[in-house]
Amino acid sequence: MSMLTLSGCGYNEFQSLDEEAKASWAEVLNQYQRRADLVPNLVETVKGYAAHEEEVFTEVTKARASIGGIQMTPEMLNDPAAMAKFQEAQGQMTSALSRLMLVAENYPNLKADQGFRDLQAQLEGTENRVTVARNRYIATVKDYNIAVRSFPKNLTAMIFGYDVKPSFTVEDEKAISTPPKVEF
Amino acid sequence: MKLFVKLNLVLLFSALLFTSQLTWAALVEVPSFSARVVDLTQTLTASEQAALEDKLKAFEATKGSQIAVLLVPTTQPEAIEQYAIRVVDEWKVGRKDVDDGLLVLIAKNDRKMRIEVGYGLEGAIPDVYAKRIITETMTPYFKRGDFAGGIDAAVNQLIGLIEGEPLPSPKKANLSSSHLEGLLPLLLFGGMISGMMLRGVFGTFMGSVLNGGLIGTIVFFIGLSLLGAGVLGLIAFIFTLMMGGGRGVNGYSGYPTRGGGYSGGFSGGGFGGGLGGGFGGGGASGSW
Repeated sequence: MSMLTLSGCGYNEFQSLDEEAKASWAEVLNQYQRRADLVPNLVETVKGYAAHEEEVFTEVTKARASIGGIQMTPEMLNDPAAMAKFQEAQGQMTSALSRLMLVAENYPNLKADQGFRDLQAQLEGTENRVTVARNRYIATVKDYNIAVRSFPKNLTAMIFGYDVKPSFTVEDEKAISTPPKVEF
Repeated sequence: MKLFVKLNLVLLFSALLFTSQLTWAALVEVPSFSARVVDLTQTLTASEQAALEDKLKAFEATKGSQIAVLLVPTTQPEAIEQYAIRVVDEWKVGRKDVDDGLLVLIAKNDRKMRIEVGYGLEGAIPDVYAKRIITETMTPYFKRGDFAGGIDAAVNQLIGLIEGEPLPSPKKANLSSSHLEGLLPLLLFGGMISGMMLRGVFGTFMGSVLNGGLIGTIVFFIGLSLLGAGVLGLIAFIFTLMMGGGRGVNGYSGYPTRGGGYSGGFSGGGFGGGLGGGFGGGGASGSW
């Protein structure tokens, strides 16, 4: 009986959608982490052929350090400011990495290096996984937000403190709808 | 000057029109997963397609892992990665929870290919291997225009990689509990009919025994454990024994007592589509 009333007012739905959003967020984090883990190897390999490109190395290393400083727990997902900060840091990482790969373009010996090519394949694959994970997160948050906002469930959401979740911003969506390519 | 402005306006307008057309351009539709090899480009001959299909079917039967091959003319306006994930999300290549599906996608006019790897195969086929198969195996074949050869060689290598991966054996995983649940009404209904027929022919007790045995055997062959088969057989026996009186059963006595009419549906070998495998964007892309 109480189950019936609860499900009617959307409480259970919030629970499951909230969990879904958290799970898909975990996947986003997972893939971003995977990307960050590639950085040291990538930098080392490129350094082997292009030691004097200091600027881009420090840029990538800095970006990685700033990402390491942000702990994006699922609880923080409801905080738009934290979300924005996280996105900015990851965005810096994206651009730093693409600049690194652009630099690599100028070194034919580096491009021919099997180790570098493998790392490149890993980076491409990881960027694609990030894209997929982000798109799935956006989709789950959309479902969640629709549930939280629509009447009469929004009353339940208000009572139990289920807020609208911030998603990836439109600007970002535009960026990710173009293929994440680091090919040359 | 005026003309210049006008010209500019026209240019701007057509540019706007063009971009809006681009954003509104329909996405390439995902075809239905009607076979393991789907060729929308008429690149493969019927025999090449059949040979590849047979190979993939045999592999799926022994290893359980499902490989699909799709050739499309183009994935524009999407990148091949985006189209690929839409295809696998819809096709659900590979087994549920094992996630051992694989898609080899070729966009012929874009001159692009992609190997999309299911979650469960990311260990057997890391991105690096997928990339190597694309650049070192597929690309040279494709450059020569030998698509069938390139796909076949790639599939052979992929199969080789998956062979080394410990995956659950195909039969067990195929019969998930949900699968059986779907069969239960069928079994019940079929069991009732066969029970009536058997009772009509062999009398109440013998007919019930036979029906119990029959149901048990069928369930066992579908893939349930011996214990499960025994229990279900026993249930069928009791059920048949207690089934309503012998009215009209004589009418069935002329029927053959095969009773196997409902098991044919799945041993028939028709392609059942995807099995629920999940993907997370793993794999690699390339071009030729």
